[in-house]
Amino acid sequence: MSPVSLLHYRRPRRRLWRFNGGIHVPDEKALSNGRTIAEAPLPRHLILPLQQHIGAIARPCVAVGERVLRGQVIAEPSGYVSAPIHASSSGTVVAIEERPVPHPSGLAGPCIVIETDGEDAEVAPLPSLIDYRHIDRAKVLERIRACGIVGLGGASFPTGVKLNPGPDHPIETLIINAAECEPYITCDDLLMRTRAETVIEGVRIIQHLLGAKECLIGVEDNKPEAIAALRAALADSDLTATEVVAIPTLYPSGGERQLIRILTGKEVPTSGIPALIGVVCQNVSTTAAVADAVLDGRPLTSRLVTVTGRAIAEPRNCEVRIGTPAADLIAHCGGYAGEVRKLVCGGPMMGFKLESDQVPITKGTNCLLALTPAEAPDPGPALACIRCGRCAEVCPTNLLPQQMYWHARAKDLDKVQDYNLFDCIECGCCAHVCPSHIPLVQYYRFAKAASWAREKEKRQAEHARLRHAAKQERLEREQREKQAKLREKAAAVKGDGAGGGDAAAKQAAIAAARARAAAKQAASRAPDAPRSAQDAAQHSAQHSAQDAAQGRPPDSPPDCAPTPPREAATKAGAGAAAHTVTED
Amino acid sequence: MSALGDPPLIAGPFAHAPTSIGLTMRLVMLALIPGTLVGLWQFGWPAINLFVVTIATAILAEAAALRLARRPVRPYLLDGSALLSGWLLAMTLPPWAPWWIGAVGGLIAIIVAKQVFGGLGQNLFNPAMIARVALLISFPVQMTTFVAPTPLFSADAPDFLGGLAITFGAQTYDAMTSATVLGQVHTDLGTGLTLLDILPSTYQLNQAAIGTVAGSLGETSALLLLLGGLFLISRRVISWHIPVAMLATITLCATAMHLVNPNHFLNPGYHLLSGATILAAFFIATDPVTAPVSARGRLLFGFGCGLLVYVIRTWSSYPEGAAFAVLLMNACTPLIDHYVRPRIYGRDRRGEPLAYGEDNQGTTR
Repeated sequence: MSPVSLLHYRRPRRRLWRFNGGIHVPDEKALSNGRTIAEAPLPRHLILPLQQHIGAIARPCVAVGERVLRGQVIAEPSGYVSAPIHASSSGTVVAIEERPVPHPSGLAGPCIVIETDGEDAEVAPLPSLIDYRHIDRAKVLERIRACGIVGLGGASFPTGVKLNPGPDHPIETLIINAAECEPYITCDDLLMRTRAETVIEGVRIIQHLLGAKECLIGVEDNKPEAIAALRAALADSDLTATEVVAIPTLYPSGGERQLIRILTGKEVPTSGIPALIGVVCQNVSTTAAVADAVLDGRPLTSRLVTVTGRAIAEPRNCEVRIGTPAADLIAHCGGYAGEVRKLVCGGPMMGFKLESDQVPITKGTNCLLALTPAEAPDPGPALACIRCGRCAEVCPTNLLPQQMYWHARAKDLDKVQDYNLFDCIECGCCAHVCPSHIPLVQYYRFAKAASWAREKEKRQAEHARLRHAAKQERLEREQREKQAKLREKAAAVKGDGAGGGDAAAKQAAIAAARARAAAKQAASRAPDAPRSAQDAAQHSAQHSAQDAAQGRPPDSPPDCAPTPPREAATKAGAGAAAHTVTED
Repeated sequence: MSALGDPPLIAGPFAHAPTSIGLTMRLVMLALIPGTLVGLWQFGWPAINLFVVTIATAILAEAAALRLARRPVRPYLLDGSALLSGWLLAMTLPPWAPWWIGAVGGLIAIIVAKQVFGGLGQNLFNPAMIARVALLISFPVQMTTFVAPTPLFSADAPDFLGGLAITFGAQTYDAMTSATVLGQVHTDLGTGLTLLDILPSTYQLNQAAIGTVAGSLGETSALLLLLGGLFLISRRVISWHIPVAMLATITLCATAMHLVNPNHFLNPGYHLLSGATILAAFFIATDPVTAPVSARGRLLFGFGCGLLVYVIRTWSSYPEGAAFAVLLMNACTPLIDHYVRPRIYGRDRRGEPLAYGEDNQGTTR
């Protein structure tokens, strides 16, 4: 069969599942997906944050004044869950300092600033691992890690870690997340249209690394060109057990847990990772980046970014060097057109507002969205909740958002956790449909941040209590021993003074027996004290070990304990953001 | 209220569906218009007067209460919730009742049943139903005096001045009173008659459906109200759960009892089309503030309403029980919301994380 006839071959429709709720939002994709991909020009300065991934912050390994080349490692990973940073062009390191970074908190973060020299000279590329099937798995994973690949869908979790779920979790299904359900964003769409072969190569590599039996590429059906391109590339390849699945357009189908449910009918257990049910999910851009790293030895120094919104003169997708200031990129897309109500990093549903366009594009930046007042109208003051329940109808996790809202407003953290606050993925469906225009997500972030803070306090208090109890025990024991000794001494002196005699001997015997009893008692209690201290130590050691293993901030409550590290860290980030809000 | 002192919006989403409380309320009113117009036409000027008095009182009471509580008056008045409460209350009053019935009812609904609880979204009980029950218990004569329909501009109908005299004056209209079907049946069964004796003289099903019978404004045109209700479901203003559960329960109870003794128990058609069944099922029990949130909770709520309506109508001393039924179930709403929760993604029904075992399956128990 020729590739063309294969294209027209109608395979039996695959069964798809549904998640609860979801919303239909105007997708606004046509705004930016009609233009070709533009190469963003080399900016004068590249600002490279050291924290562009979830996990430990990268450690700079260059000095101010040093000349660097494109593809050179300028910061090394500082732990297992971490990623290196590469220079995205040649030039001189002019500063390693705090700069504003794209983060919901609006805070600054440590960055390496490179003044580019315009030569764009490159370091010698790493050798191709085209024969990866016959190379040790660990070596291939190490390559992916060394090339600084992280999840490009926005979560930025180090890909090398995610592709190594361990022998306890055999992976049956690899899911490629190409849903791109957020309105406005089209960078994955354009990537699939233009680099479908690379995506398929990436699928092949990842499938090999995981030993997955099948691979499902989930694409929302509002991207017919992308679906056709992927299917054509797949037909040209010899890849088996791989399928491009068109899924109905419904926000948030691109949520990892939602997509897994749609494609497999399985649900990821709460506070577990998909590997528990034999699934690994990878973003489609990440998949292409993996192919680039393994086959071409190319580190992650640029990515596709959608610059869109009606306040942008020429909305389009650009190939952008990591570290390019957002302002330069927007200028390249014709600059702003008219009044900008909000500049958003990410999509309109889950993105966050940027206070300034002087922040750099990072590995996780998939979209810059400039909204006009008409696109993001002022919702007006929030009115009272009328308990209409629309929020519960659309919640993709099937939570009861309005109950959580009442309890979050009342600052009743136990109650709000009782309604499974930490299962909330902050997709924004509830706030989107709320007729009272209540900023629900903001309340949940506040409640999460407050819960983390409270849990931290609790743990510290418990620790202090255990230490206090141990100290108390020790002091009492010492006191008892002292008294016993004194009594012994007194008895001995008395015995000497009386010069023997029946009564004195009897008394001495009684005193000695008492002393023995006291000593015994002390001895029986004594092990207790060290044990409780030991317990305390063990307790906190266990906790921090768990924290480290799960990559969560050490202060997160047990409810979110086994939350996948990505989520936990985003939550932490969001929490920080909410904190600043409430303190304002 | 959340209208004051909210932090500035920094969390997403930055897009919002074109919806608001005002829009929701206006859709409900739109759905009420056909049934209301037919009712007003049937009962003429006195009904129109009472309708206006009730709604005006409700709006004035809302404005006064908001001002007293130092809340922003405009946004809360413009959302239309007070207007709707007054409207629904007027639908449940005998159309020729004196003006003060509407005025007192409007005050009770807004001040006692709504604003005292904290205003929009805070009330435990349906304001219109609280007002109706309070009136029924306090002024039983006025609240149970119904008239046969005399359509506007027909020969028997009072003209505008006559209407004013009936609503605001002391003019009696004993000659025109007529019992509702449920009321008639209730009284006559009490005297030992059987349905076979009572019904032929008092009732035709099709008349109940189009609304040419005695009753409250909203008790008459069942079909138009049904259409309005279906419109609300199609626009997703209300969900289908409560009306369907409530009507199904009434039908089931009535069918079962009718089969047991057709001479003593009305058949389901009467129960569905007469009295306030349709109005209550689509417009009153579905009031989101006082109904459960989850789909299963709403089914339970609708079931309870239906069962209570049937029980009150059949075995209590009141011929109609929709208001009592809804209020009693309103009281159960917090309890239902506490116990009936949906199964969350990744958790089982009891709220525990899904088990995953050797078979690598996320199993839904």
